[in-house]
Amino acid sequence: MASAHAIPSLDEQYEFTPAAKRRLLIGIGAGVALVALGSFLLASGAGGHETHEVTHGVGASAGDEGAHHAFKWTTRLWANVWLNAIYFTGISVIGMFFISYNYLAQAGWSSAFKRIPEAMPAYLPFMGVVVLAVFFIAGHDLFHWTHEGLYDPQSEEYDPIIAGKQGFLNTPFYLIRVVLYFTLWYVLWRMLRNYSLQEDLYGGTDYYEKSIKFGTAFLVVFAVTSSTSAWDFVMSIDSHWFSTMFGWYTLASWHVTGLAVITLTVVTLKERGYLKIVNESHLHDLGKFMFAFSIFWTYVWFAQFMLIYYANLPEEGIYYRERFSGYGGIYLAPFFINLLLNFAFPFLVLMTRDAKRTYIFLKIAAWGIIVGHYFDFYTNIMPGTVGENGGFGPIEFGMILIFACGFIWTLSTQLTKANLIPKNHPMLEEALHHDI
Amino acid sequence: MADVNGNGKFLVGIYDDDDVVLKAVKDVKQAGVRIHEVYTPFPIHGLDVALGHPRSRLGIAAFLFALSGTTTALLLTAYTEGFDWPMIVGGKDSYSFPVYIPVIFELTVLFCALGMVGTFLVSNGLGPTVKPLMFDLRTTDNKFAMAIDLSKNKLAEGDIEQLLRSSGAAEVNVKQF
Repeated sequence: MASAHAIPSLDEQYEFTPAAKRRLLIGIGAGVALVALGSFLLASGAGGHETHEVTHGVGASAGDEGAHHAFKWTTRLWANVWLNAIYFTGISVIGMFFISYNYLAQAGWSSAFKRIPEAMPAYLPFMGVVVLAVFFIAGHDLFHWTHEGLYDPQSEEYDPIIAGKQGFLNTPFYLIRVVLYFTLWYVLWRMLRNYSLQEDLYGGTDYYEKSIKFGTAFLVVFAVTSSTSAWDFVMSIDSHWFSTMFGWYTLASWHVTGLAVITLTVVTLKERGYLKIVNESHLHDLGKFMFAFSIFWTYVWFAQFMLIYYANLPEEGIYYRERFSGYGGIYLAPFFINLLLNFAFPFLVLMTRDAKRTYIFLKIAAWGIIVGHYFDFYTNIMPGTVGENGGFGPIEFGMILIFACGFIWTLSTQLTKANLIPKNHPMLEEALHHDI
Repeated sequence: MADVNGNGKFLVGIYDDDDVVLKAVKDVKQAGVRIHEVYTPFPIHGLDVALGHPRSRLGIAAFLFALSGTTTALLLTAYTEGFDWPMIVGGKDSYSFPVYIPVIFELTVLFCALGMVGTFLVSNGLGPTVKPLMFDLRTTDNKFAMAIDLSKNKLAEGDIEQLLRSSGAAEVNVKQF
């Protein structure tokens, strides 16, 4: 049937309309207003979770990291900024991850819409600034391991377990690592992006060959930094606890969210009349990607949970205890929403062939995954930072709005900077005839 | 699908090229001739659509086999650990669901895989005693064969042969089963 497709024009310029900009600005404004409202409510003591009557059960007593310090409402604000920054850092860097492994595999089909993952990492520098800023401003409130006394045997606070991790978990090394992640990711992305734009102008296969080299270099870098950044950004919040699965687990979570964002963007652009060369087969493959990596995420999630559940060691099991019944049980719902939205939902929605070829099912599944993995990071970050003072209020919703609108803004700006279809990509011919 | 008890007379057009056979299928169908089946050494994109094959129902079969595996595993673990011989391992309840997920997963995959092997044999009419229809041995090498069941076509043998030749067949043979 491939030969039956008429090949549409390859010239497509995305237009970031004033109306779209206005909507995004309204979104950011609404987000700021919600965060302000939530902050006001928390500061005046009306919002958030009522702290009385919370059973200081297993979770609260053993997970008392930072319990010596009285809870400040700003911690919840910064925890939310951190949560969203990590979530969107992941989505952005997955754009680079996606084009890199597609270059390495010399995949043809994905070149039809490669400008979309290629535009995603433009958000990285902003996230890098936010991550560093939050660490400087609220690092002490979010990260138990930043407290000096933990490493001093004379101190009351002395904690031999955390002191044993000092070689890795110390502020200078941490900052070096964080700066290194963002720099490496951004610089390597910039290289690929420039090659891609120059390829549009001059053609030839030189840029393609170079892209494969730098894409592969990124994959090597990301193989290490995806794990270490997951430890730094998320796992070190629960300073005592560790899991050898955690790097993979976070990568799986980021990856499937990034794929959902790519799919959602492709479908949205197609609905607006762009990306005419993307046919049902491309969508089918994107659907398969989301389906497969949802199951992959579940596999890693379960592998981590299963071993801890089976071995039943107190220092490991506490992690799930906190989320299950600790802090008055407020993390039980996010815990199960996470599993439901990230496994059962995409598994059932995307199972049939027709669903993977239909806009509406792809959109439903992609939204489910995007929301679901927010809950994934929520359950990983919140118990260790805000504990019993967590919850869902204006701050949470407002912060998502701000970060999401910012992401869409940078994505759209990047899309306007180049032809939506990489005209001179050597594999484009294959993508045009993609048929499965 | 091979017609296992076929005892008819077939015309077999032999083609040298996959593009030619794909176009030939469309031409022959256009002329109103029913094609029994096309045999190729490798899969050709769009051939199943050109032949007008209905969508494969393998997925449904796989799902049902997998479901039977899941059910069996659930019943097996629930019966053995829940009723027949409850045991406490690692301080957990004798029936603690997460522990059995690997078992459930494995039996789901096993039932699905074995079921699909069976489905493959049945749907292709293969088995220990069955002699498969072989229209031309060279289809396992580099030739493409289009088989036409004469008993299911109204056109005369000569007309169909002419049609096959004009659609690009390098040779046309008669095959009797």
